[in-house]
This record gives sequence, C-alpha cells and structure tokens, in this order.
Amino acid sequence: MNVAAVPVSVTAPQPAATGVLTEKVAIRKLDFFYGDSRALKNISVPLYENRVTAFIGPSGCGKSTLLRILNRMYDLYPNQRATGEVVFDGADILSPAQDINLLRARIGMVFQKPTPFPMTIYENIAFGVRLYESLSKAELDQRVEHALRRAALWDEVKDKLGASGLSLSGGQQQRLCIARTVAVEPEVILLDEPCSALDPISTAKIEELIDELKNDYTIVIVTHNMQQAARVSDYTAFMYLGELIEFGETSRMFTTPNDRRTQDYITGRFG
Amino acid sequence: MDSRYAARRRRNTIAMGLSIAATFVGLSVLVLVLMALLWHGVGGLSLAVFTEMTPPPGSAGGLLNPLFGSLALTVLAIAIGTPLGVLAGTYLAEYGRYGRLAAVVRFINDILLSAPSIVIGLFIYEVVVAPMGHFSGFAGALALAVIVIPVVLRTTEDMLRMVPDALREAAASIGLPRALMIRRIAYRAARAGMVTGVLLAIARITGETAPLLFTALNNQFWSTNLNAPIASLPVVIFQFALSPYADWQRLAWTGALLITVTVLALSIIARSLVNPGKSQ
Repeated sequence: MNVAAVPVSVTAPQPAATGVLTEKVAIRKLDFFYGDSRALKNISVPLYENRVTAFIGPSGCGKSTLLRILNRMYDLYPNQRATGEVVFDGADILSPAQDINLLRARIGMVFQKPTPFPMTIYENIAFGVRLYESLSKAELDQRVEHALRRAALWDEVKDKLGASGLSLSGGQQQRLCIARTVAVEPEVILLDEPCSALDPISTAKIEELIDELKNDYTIVIVTHNMQQAARVSDYTAFMYLGELIEFGETSRMFTTPNDRRTQDYITGRFG
Repeated sequence: MDSRYAARRRRNTIAMGLSIAATFVGLSVLVLVLMALLWHGVGGLSLAVFTEMTPPPGSAGGLLNPLFGSLALTVLAIAIGTPLGVLAGTYLAEYGRYGRLAAVVRFINDILLSAPSIVIGLFIYEVVVAPMGHFSGFAGALALAVIVIPVVLRTTEDMLRMVPDALREAAASIGLPRALMIRRIAYRAARAGMVTGVLLAIARITGETAPLLFTALNNQFWSTNLNAPIASLPVVIFQFALSPYADWQRLAWTGALLITVTVLALSIIARSLVNPGKSQ
C-alpha cells in the first residue's frame, strides 16, 4: 500500500505554510459499509491543521463517502456504518459516545449544491450561531457581518440582509453557505465539490476564499476537477474503488506520482 | 408514406375532438351547477340570512344557527385533526420513513382517506353518541376530525418529502438537532403545502352531510352548546331541500350557494399557495 510508502515527513514543508504540521484529524484503518457493500477499504490518512487536503478520484471511488464520515453525516441514513478510527483532537468521533451535534458544530460542511435555508440572508447565518451561543443583538450583527466578509459576500448583500437567501444567485448562495458554516466557528471545514454547480467566475471566487480560510481552519475538499485540486490544496489523497491509492503533497503528487494509477488518473487516462 | 401520415393526422383530429368534447361536457356540468346555484341562491341572499334563525315553515328567517354550527364544528374538527395529522405526517416523513411501521400507517391512512364518510359517522355514533346517550356537536366535530386527519397527514408527509435531503443535511451540518431541523427548516420549507392541506381539509368537511346526520344531528333553534345537538349548513340544506315548503327550499339554495362559494374560495387559495407565481 502506497500510503505507508509515502510518509508525509519525507515531503518538504509547503511554501505557503508556516509553523509545524499538526495532525488535526487522523483517519485510521477506516472501513465503510452501505448495507453489505464495502465502500471504503482500510483508509488511513492524516488531515493537517491549517492545510487544505483534497480528495480526488473517479466517480464512485468513495471520496464523498469519506468526507461524510468526518461529520458523521451518514448517521442520518439507515444501514450505513463505519468501522475503524477517526481521531479528532484526541477523541474518536466514530465512538457512540460522541455527541453528533457538537461534532458538527466543530466540523462544518459545504455541499455540492447551494443549500440556503428558507429564511432571510441574515437569519441563514444568525440561525446556526444562536444554537450554541447567546449573543447580544450587536454581537450577533457583528458576527453575521464578519462571516459574510469572510465569505466575500458582504459587499453584495449588505443592503438586503432581510431578503430571502433563495433570492441570491447560485454563486452567491454557495458563498452564503460558506458564511453560514464559518459563522458557527468550526475548526474543520468540509467542502463537498463546492464549485461543481457554479460558473467559472464564482468558482474562482470560492477558490480564493479557500486559500484565505486555511489560515484559520483545516480544510478538506472533495473535487472532480484535478486543476482545482492542484490550485487549492496542499495535500492530495487519490482514491480509487474505495481504496486510498496515494497520499502526499499536492505539488509532488501532480508532478511525480508514485503509483501508476495516480499517474493515469491525473494525466486523464481514465476517470 | 403520405397516406400513412394522412391517416395519422385523421386519427389525431378524431382523438383531439373527443378530448375536447369530454372536457366540454365535464366543464359544462360544473358551469350548470354553478349557474343553477346562482340563479336560485342569489335571490335569497339578504342580511336576514346571516342574522336570523332557521324559521318554521311558512315564515321568514335565516341561516344563522346552521352557519354558526358549521363554523363551530369545522373549527373544532380542524383543531383536533390538524395536530394529529401534522404529527403523524411528520413521523412518516422524518422519523419512520424507512420503517415497517410507517409503511403500515401509510397504508391504513390511505384506506381512511377514501373511507365513505357515512361509515365514519356510524363509527362515531357507536363510540361516542351511543355511550353518551345523546347527539352532540362534539360527536359531529369528532366525526369531521376523523375525515381531517388523513387529508392533513397525507399532505404533510408529501410536502415534507418534497423538502430536499440536501437541506436536511445542511441543517445537520451546522449541528442542528433533528427536532429543531424539522421545526425550523423543514416545516418552513413545506409551510405553503402544509397550509394547503389544512385548507383542503376544511373544504372537504364544509360540505360533509353524512357524518353529521347521526352525530351532531340538527337543531332548529339557536344553540352554542356543543354538548347538545347543533345545526349545520349541510344538514339544514338536506332537510330544507327535501321539504315541500317554498321558503325552506329557497333557504336551502342560499345555503348551498354559501357552501359552494366557500369551498371554491378555499380551493383557489389552496391552489395559489401551491403554485405561487414566484417561488418564495
């Protein structure tokens, strides 16, 4: 297995990165089942703090499945289960003792299609904040503004915070969703193909944003788009048929992959 | 080639002609009913209809007591049926979606939805009227509530199922517990449809006569006591329309017009809620 063959310690530190690498989340020997079908096979991969990790691979390789384990989104559905370990700040999030709602407040997620709540722009963001903190009106206003600024949306919506979140364009809705996630002040942000429903200009905005956000958050992104992975991520995990084929620094993975299958995928031979 | 095309066009013309004829027949029946109601009913409309009691034969009067009775029965039936329907529909759509129990409940609800309303009336007669020993407004409202429940349950479940799972996941992703997600996100997204379900239920029970015949019975005097027999518009129409007295018959027409206009208005409101010109 190449995972073991490519320890991260041998790769040089990222130019953009400062400080030491900390393992924010450690996925160890993870298997996942949809009913009887095994969708993930013995996955082990680290997610480093304040870095962007991209999961790439052809459709059905399990990259979204892996992402959805990190906030236990699969718990919403019957007959889905994970075995192994996902250690987040020292505790296994797969343990039944884990409070799922608290976990999700610490590990936020942005989805493929924009999913604004059916409420005003302001409420879309304030809603999640109020769940876990009791802030004064002024503090809340400030938090909303801050979140919208972080998501590069403030200038476009500051005069219509009372308008419905659904009245925004697709790209704006997606940034609203990012703002909503950021407002809860999570530690990790999971992005599940966040740009696949967006036009190139909105995509560029979100990619810029990801680069911005990694200063404060640990980011994991699932993407079909290899150029995107190359542009935004520091580390890349290539998956194929439910297995992790190769993990390493993005710059190295895209220039000198160790595994033949990685090479074939990133050069467009399959997938 | 040409002849086959011509034959196909001919068949198309015939089928189209038949469809239009069928539509015309169906619609003209509706128009005729409405016209007959207007023709016979409007003449009897006056302030007295809303301010005076049902008269004895041969004297003037109005429909105040059955109007009040219908209103009271409807309000009570909706007040009983809506929470039950909404809660059960929520269970089916949100909690029990994949379970066996939900499948059974759904099946039984579909049967209840199409149960003849006279059977529901008989049922309430057996379990409420007979043990109590007398007819009552409560029994009538209960019978109507039994009709309300499956309608509201069904629309609630259908509307909640139309809320995309992506929205549920998004709510979960910020740490929202499921109960809050349902109350604050799913209900809000499905609100228009759920209100429509209640409106349709009101429209449905407004015209129901059979379940009231041996539950609420009737009352020719003013009564607000729901523990006693109470008048209702459909039953009064039934009674007056069958009578030989011209003034009773005129009141029956007026009552029928009032019910029809109410149901029509409710249906139109319900439609406009489901298909708003612009979304949200």
